[in-house]
Amino acid sequence: MAADGCGAPAQTATPADLDTKGQVVLSGKVTGTDGPVGGAFVRLLDGGGDFTGEVVSSPEGDFRFYAAPGAWTVRALHRSGNGEASVTVDGPGVHELAISVA
Amino acid sequence: MSREDVLVTTQWAEENLDTPGVVFAEVDEDTTAYDGGHIRGAVKLDWRNDLQDKVRRDFVDKAGFDALLSEKGIGNDDLVVLYGGNNNWFAAYAYWYFKLYGHENVKLLDGGRKKWELDGRELNSEDVKREATTYTAKEQDLSIRAFRDEIVPAIGASNFVDVRSPDEFSGKLLAPAHLPQEQSQVPGHIPGALNVPWAKVANEDGTFKTEEEIKELYADQGLDTAKPTIAYCRIGERSSIAWFALHELLGYEDVKNYDGSWTEYGSLVGVPVELGAAK
Repeated sequence: MAADGCGAPAQTATPADLDTKGQVVLSGKVTGTDGPVGGAFVRLLDGGGDFTGEVVSSPEGDFRFYAAPGAWTVRALHRSGNGEASVTVDGPGVHELAISVA
Repeated sequence: MSREDVLVTTQWAEENLDTPGVVFAEVDEDTTAYDGGHIRGAVKLDWRNDLQDKVRRDFVDKAGFDALLSEKGIGNDDLVVLYGGNNNWFAAYAYWYFKLYGHENVKLLDGGRKKWELDGRELNSEDVKREATTYTAKEQDLSIRAFRDEIVPAIGASNFVDVRSPDEFSGKLLAPAHLPQEQSQVPGHIPGALNVPWAKVANEDGTFKTEEEIKELYADQGLDTAKPTIAYCRIGERSSIAWFALHELLGYEDVKNYDGSWTEYGSLVGVPVELGAAK
């Protein structure tokens, strides 16, 4: 049996008061003109614009990454359009991002 | 080898869904996506349940692979077109695995499920049942698979291509950023490894960049094409993308995928480990 895979797990909403156990969590929702957008490909890019990870947004548009302090951009791709948001984090906790695609 | 020999476009795929002798197979670790909707007629290969040994940390043996493909209705002469989620990670892993067992006629859907979805192409949730075949695999082609005991002697003699993210490479993170960071093995990388994250060979829609772009990318990172190359990541699936790019797209001959990867190497006692960003 291989170690647990590297594939992204199913995404769920992240409570704002989640105990991140010292980790930097970047979470949020992808929305479009008609509300939450599920099935978007959500990509985490580091401060240099390099790809770090990708998840598929939940039916409610949720996504979550475990990162580290620094500058990050989250970019969402969907057949209806693309969008992105950036954040600079200096410590652990939940950091919220909202991304609209259209 | 050319791009057309190893990749098909989503357009080609859509036009060949009913072509006799072409079998589409979706490969994933989490198969809920397939169950919710897949390319019409595609069979499902479950990375974990179908392709891994149930006890040992290894792949199913030849007899197991024969039984699996026979049951899925895949014949020795069929063209198998593999695709999957997660930017084709597990599909590329399966491509390498099919090659390992000597199935020559296999191609990857360029961009995988992501490109198919971004194109807005149809997904279908009907059950797929193909008539069983009698499949016979070859013995594993170990010229494309690297094992633990050949890693340390290869340091300095081979290129190591570490395809994990820069933060995993340097030791800052132990796993990709979409996973909790609780793994217990030591962080770092094989001394002298190049850090060429797998995503560098792909466009954001999941398709592979051009051969010229990929060649330049590895050359810029210092890949010595006169030496053999071993690709690795955390468990061997992202590195299958690099193996595919180097061995299948660029045609470099001596390229192995080290499927033990960092979860094995980073747990070995007494082996050299390097920390810090790529030089």
